Amino acid sequence: MQLDAKIPAGPIQDKWSNYRFDLKLVAPHNRRKFEVIVVGTGLAGAAAAATMGAAGYHVKAFTYHDSTRRAHSIAAQGGINAAKDYHGEGDSIYRLFYDTVKGGDYRSREANVYRLAEVSNAIIDQCVAQGVPFAREYGGLLHNRSFGGAQVSRTFYARGQTGQQLLLGSYQALAKEVGAGTVELHTHAEMLDLVVVDGRAAGIVVRDMETGEIRTHSAHAVILATGGYSNAYYLSTNAMACNGTAAWRAHRKGALFANPSFTQIHPTCIPASDESQSKLTLMSESLRNDGRIWVSKAAGDGRAPGDIPEDERDYYLERRYPAFGNLTPRDVASRAAKVVVDEGKGVGPLRNGVYLDFAEAIGRLGKDVIEARYGNLFEMYERITGDDPYRTPMRIYPAPHYTMGGLWVDYDLMSTIPGLFVAGEANFSDHGANRLGASALMQGLADGYFVLPYTVAGYLAGMLGERPVPTDHPEFEKAAAETRDRLARLLATNGSRTVDWFHRELGKIMIEHCGMARSEEGLRRALAEIPPLREEFHRDVRVLGDNESLNQSLEKAGRVVDFFELAELMCRDALYREESCGGHFRVEHQTPEGEALRNDEDFSHVAAWGWEGEGAEPSLTKEELEFEYVELAQRSYK
Amino acid sequence: MDLTLRVWRQSGPGDKGRFEEYPAKGIDEHMSFLEMLDIVNERLTLEGIEPIAFDHDCREGICGTCGVMVDGRPHGPWEGTATCQLHMRAYSDGDTITIEPWRAKGFPAIKDLVVDRRAFDRIIESGGFISVAAGSAPDANNTPIPQEAAEFAMDAAACIGCGACVAACPNGAAQLFVAAKYSHLSLLPQGQPERWTRAESMVDTMELYFGSCSNHGECEAACPKNISLDFIALLNRDYLRSKWRNRRLAGQKG
Repeated sequence: MQLDAKIPAGPIQDKWSNYRFDLKLVAPHNRRKFEVIVVGTGLAGAAAAATMGAAGYHVKAFTYHDSTRRAHSIAAQGGINAAKDYHGEGDSIYRLFYDTVKGGDYRSREANVYRLAEVSNAIIDQCVAQGVPFAREYGGLLHNRSFGGAQVSRTFYARGQTGQQLLLGSYQALAKEVGAGTVELHTHAEMLDLVVVDGRAAGIVVRDMETGEIRTHSAHAVILATGGYSNAYYLSTNAMACNGTAAWRAHRKGALFANPSFTQIHPTCIPASDESQSKLTLMSESLRNDGRIWVSKAAGDGRAPGDIPEDERDYYLERRYPAFGNLTPRDVASRAAKVVVDEGKGVGPLRNGVYLDFAEAIGRLGKDVIEARYGNLFEMYERITGDDPYRTPMRIYPAPHYTMGGLWVDYDLMSTIPGLFVAGEANFSDHGANRLGASALMQGLADGYFVLPYTVAGYLAGMLGERPVPTDHPEFEKAAAETRDRLARLLATNGSRTVDWFHRELGKIMIEHCGMARSEEGLRRALAEIPPLREEFHRDVRVLGDNESLNQSLEKAGRVVDFFELAELMCRDALYREESCGGHFRVEHQTPEGEALRNDEDFSHVAAWGWEGEGAEPSLTKEELEFEYVELAQRSYK
Repeated sequence: MDLTLRVWRQSGPGDKGRFEEYPAKGIDEHMSFLEMLDIVNERLTLEGIEPIAFDHDCREGICGTCGVMVDGRPHGPWEGTATCQLHMRAYSDGDTITIEPWRAKGFPAIKDLVVDRRAFDRIIESGGFISVAAGSAPDANNTPIPQEAAEFAMDAAACIGCGACVAACPNGAAQLFVAAKYSHLSLLPQGQPERWTRAESMVDTMELYFGSCSNHGECEAACPKNISLDFIALLNRDYLRSKWRNRRLAGQKG
């Protein structure tokens, strides 16, 4: 297979305008003849569904939640980037583009990233017009703060709840369309398969989570906006229900999966407290604006933080990266934390954290200012740990948080299956090997509001006069029957272990061997351990209840089945990529100072994997990355 | 610590439901309340008893998915805390904890502790938005918003839509939820053009599903985000004015 990213011609500044000018349009009176399925209603999905519904297309939106307002976009705390340069710091679209390509360690596609930076400003305009209550200065204009990997303040925020406010904006926009009847909304409806007819995405198989009924829906185009797969690690900052099933099922139907090993471990999460831990809680990266990260210089130091004098503390980020200090990008900050914890300098009862200390900022700015900036985060921290961060430093440690990898898409955000579009975290395109803070919200909304409404229209224009494939087509019936069988098998196994037990075991393998540091030996071990665990799951899992009512164990079992296969591909990709870049750190490839060592000669490409059947080796297709505007260099934050 | 749970079990919307008692032994005080339920569910599964269905997702107190009555209090004993943020250090060895779903006419039962809160979305669909087509917005800094107004709107916008306010209300009213959603938009300059249709349609839709507010104030005490009762005053005033204004506008049209 040859991958064609379909990047428009012309200078990078003109590509998107040229593209839109050359686009085939669908006239307003023809739009209602087209049906579009949107799976997932987080930022990208809700924005796409709302925008296309408002434009006149017949949209069907699906979410496994009870309401579209629950999507995990809601939990993003820190903010959203845009190149407004409202504060006269020399920011520009080009700088945001440049920072994002560099931050991604030169493993993203220039044209896509430029477009993302280009539409970033319109996102802020859109959100403010929708009533998103961004933070403001006394004069009433918008306030910004800085985030990791940038030397300008370009992050817009709404207290520590930016994701919530942006999601409510797109949720409300979607609700308006649902009320107006342009979007048909299906809640508690989980997509369990993609239906492909004659090589094109024709529809989906959905389970009604309240009745167990399997239904099929067809459309002219299918958009997946189903988020990332960090829960392959079991413990992550993702919500409990986040899963990779929609993307994985599409992969099994022919969509290539790109760079699955590119996962992000977020540096500032609350360390795990014991075995029963069900998920990890993130503390916004924005805290690194005012918090200083340190550990004791001595390994095994049992003293309370207040008893360790200033000269016996190691502010290791400030020491190693003086230019960016505590605001180094996430991958760099996470690895640096791992280094000190591995040296035995970890803090807290399990010695599995580092301090994030606000004493200096409170002394300089006063408690009130810190409270206004981070009050809700401090409260959340205290509720979870019982410690008061105004008095004693927070304890933090990295945790799986975001996946840069995802389904391969071209410039149109279309996967290798014609008619299947992928948006937001579910695709791979914009963040390379590492995502900068406050860029996920930007990408989700960019894809949903400003990219898909054009590119999907371009695809639909060629189908004028065609009806969607009817759902009594044999392919639909076959996919529905396979889904029913899969569920029935899970219920019939009646083994001796719970779904969570298997998920936890898989997570342990993944975090150990495919986490912050990866080695050939470890990855080979993971690849040897996962298949037997998967087989044991199919033999010995116990899922109680039936398929005719709400069955949360059954839902979870189906997701864990797909995590097994996805986890294997993540390890395979990590093993294949003989270099360190961004969040992918192979211990064999590092500089003498322990920084990531890329191999541009052999790996300046996207690794896109194809499903070749159960038990078969996946196929590999490469998309070479060409850098015309950003010069490849070793990322330095010193 | 060793605890006893009294949990509401109901196999589906048609079932009458009943309390069942389950032991929860060896619970650590650092666990969250929902992690305690996870453990009980794993043990039930191994004993061959179908696990307790409960709603939850982000476990960070922001998605609003979780929410149960704990000993008769929505989200349990901690003030300003969603169920997922409640931790077991709130309890001591030997305690019995009673766990029930939200009970309100507007929230029909689905299973065990899970109820259907989609009526909230119907209210938003009727007018809880500002209409703006993608790409048509003016520059974000064109309209300065006094910091205080933005903060006040944010206080209302912090609502997570969990439904605790309805569950706490003796009348099963949804005034605090609707007031929060309404006030967030109507306190901002961008929300003014649709203010009066919004007030009327959101309240009228609310009345289709929920009981009437009689100012008990239980909702404010139960709210995990400490949303203030003052917003209800704003909603009530605007609703009254909307009835007057919308009628006049309709008259002018004719």
